[in-house]
Amino acid sequence: MSVTPYIVLSSILFTIGCVGVLTRRNAIVVFMCVELMLNASNLALVAFARQHGNLDGQIAAFFVMVVAAAEVVVGLAIIMTIFRTRRSASVDDASLLKY
Amino acid sequence: MTAHMLALQEAAHSIPVVDPTSASGVFSLLWLVIALPLAGAAVLLLGGRATDRWGHLLGTALPIGSFVLSLVMFLQLLGRDSADRQVSQHVYQWMQVGHLDVGMDLLYDPLSALFLLLITGVGSLIHVYSIGYMEHDPRRRRFFGYLNLFVAAMLMLVMSENYLGLFLGWEGVGLASYLLIGFWQHKPSAAAAAKKAFVINRVGDIGMSLAIMLFFVTFGSTSFTVISANADGASEATLTVLGLLLLLGACGKSAQVPLQAWLLDAMEGPTPVSALIHAATMVTAGVYLIVRSNFIFDLAPNAQTAVVVVAVVTLLWGAIIGCAKDDIKKVLAGSTMSQIGYMMLGAGLGVAGYAFAIFHLLTHGFFKANMFLGAGSVMHGMDDDVDMRHYGLLHKAMPVTFLTFTMGYLAIIGFPGFSGFWSKDKIIETALADNWLVGLCALLGAGVTGFYMTRLMLLTFFTDKRWEKGVHPHESPKIMTIPLIVLAALSVLGGVMLLNDWIVDFLAPVVGTPVHEDPPLPALAITAIAVAVVAVGVALAWFLVGKRDVPRTAPQDVSFVTRAARNDLYGDAINDGLVVDPGRHLVGGLLAVDRYGVDGALTGGPVAIGAVAGQLRRVQNGFVRSYALSLLGGVLLVVLALLAVNLA
Repeated sequence: MSVTPYIVLSSILFTIGCVGVLTRRNAIVVFMCVELMLNASNLALVAFARQHGNLDGQIAAFFVMVVAAAEVVVGLAIIMTIFRTRRSASVDDASLLKY
Repeated sequence: MTAHMLALQEAAHSIPVVDPTSASGVFSLLWLVIALPLAGAAVLLLGGRATDRWGHLLGTALPIGSFVLSLVMFLQLLGRDSADRQVSQHVYQWMQVGHLDVGMDLLYDPLSALFLLLITGVGSLIHVYSIGYMEHDPRRRRFFGYLNLFVAAMLMLVMSENYLGLFLGWEGVGLASYLLIGFWQHKPSAAAAAKKAFVINRVGDIGMSLAIMLFFVTFGSTSFTVISANADGASEATLTVLGLLLLLGACGKSAQVPLQAWLLDAMEGPTPVSALIHAATMVTAGVYLIVRSNFIFDLAPNAQTAVVVVAVVTLLWGAIIGCAKDDIKKVLAGSTMSQIGYMMLGAGLGVAGYAFAIFHLLTHGFFKANMFLGAGSVMHGMDDDVDMRHYGLLHKAMPVTFLTFTMGYLAIIGFPGFSGFWSKDKIIETALADNWLVGLCALLGAGVTGFYMTRLMLLTFFTDKRWEKGVHPHESPKIMTIPLIVLAALSVLGGVMLLNDWIVDFLAPVVGTPVHEDPPLPALAITAIAVAVVAVGVALAWFLVGKRDVPRTAPQDVSFVTRAARNDLYGDAINDGLVVDPGRHLVGGLLAVDRYGVDGALTGGPVAIGAVAGQLRRVQNGFVRSYALSLLGGVLLVVLALLAVNLA
């Protein structure tokens, strides 16, 4: 079985996520795009694990999911707090921490 | 073998070797001669105000004690056989580093014996005189402490058995002279004069310390005993360099051209200090150094020639300055410079002249101390005015000072029978026998001496009264006149040392026996010519100064020569032009290189980095998306790099 379609799909998803992170201002959308990139890489990991016939890639995918879950908890909390205080979820508005 | 080398070899055989026997009997007290004044200095300077009341008495008693000791030792030495007149005492091990093994050894031989008597004898008289002269000075105790230090350092200088010990005394003398010249340090001119003396002396000290290092390299020791025994084994070039370095040292201490400029300014010190510097200590050190190092100079004829040249230039230089000065102390200072020139001339003439150099040094010590103290006595009576144009007709007001000063005057111009006559005449005679040009210069110097000393006498004690208003000249107290009388007697009688050539025979174990050379003219004729030349000088002064009215302020429309002489023959300008200004520019240049070159390189780098960083921090703009873009760019770079490595 060829893994090429899975890798192609993974690349497309990663690229969409990447462009989304770079272009969208809404923090929630940026966050979703990050998740998209993480899952694209998960797909690639699982696909390669299948091709190699061992479980290394699948275990790595689990790790990524756990980290992503933890990140979502913290990240959404931060976005919530910022929205409450500033009434805005735009990442460009949160640009006070600079030179 | 050339005649030159033959002559050198011959010289090597006749060079006396320092070979002292160990001290015993009264000589075992040698260390005490130095220790007494040194203890005086320590007590007076460390004791503080508690010693104010009796400090000057202690400070005078201790040098007198040294003098008594020196006298006893001198008599003991006379009792010994002339071959057995070198005694040394090992006081303690001074330093031992590798092969350098220097002991605190003292050497007592005819040369140091004479110096001991001069330093402690004349020094003690100056101490006695200072009791009166400094009576009203609130810092008198300190003054006596410095005087004692001066005497102790000078004694160390002439008694050491090695060059390093001599150098210790040498530096001590420099320090003491600095402290004393600048004794009235509240006067800026005195402070500057002290600094000048110290700095110019340092130049000479460079020569001295280099010579000591070269001694150690060449002979493995700095001891006179070792060096004099092995001197003929060294190459002539080395010996010449040694001689020239020693001459540089001597020039600094003895105020010889080109290091003469400090001596005239040194008159800023209290007058007894001038007497001490000019008669008993300090300036005689250079002559002592040359005579003591005879084992070097006898083998280095080129260095001897250099000594003679320096001496002749200085003796005329000092005499010319003396002719134009109106400050009585500066005239005497110029005269000292000139007379030391005579001594250096004697020392530069080699075996024939060493004894006469020392002879002149001793007689000069008497009459110059006499005249300086006399000048102090005059100033004491004239409210510390030093301008001779404000003196005049003082012989009635100050009869004792006048009479004693006259003895000194007759001695220095070489009036027949007086001490200076015998000593200067011998040097002129020896110089004429050696080289007629040098002899003629010495003769000319004698004539000029006659001129400026007569001028000084006339302006001070004769002509008409030109006193400032409110000045009432009076004779000084007995404590000041008694030393004057003693010194005057010595100025008259100093010539007895030449009876039967006593001083020549006495010094022979140290400096060698001169081979008698016939002068180009009979000795009597030379003497007659010398006296005639001096008479011309005296007469000239009589007609130019004595027969005319003396203006109270110095006339300004004077010839170029007079103006030059008033400015010390532009000695300071020469120093400034040749050394000080180039040095200042060099330092300024180095400072600029340091500031703009070194500092620029060191601080320029960080400044540039800071500037770049100031621009780079703009990247940190607070927009998360631009951070994400740079993150992506970085990842892409890494991936491309990995691909490049893997595919290559």
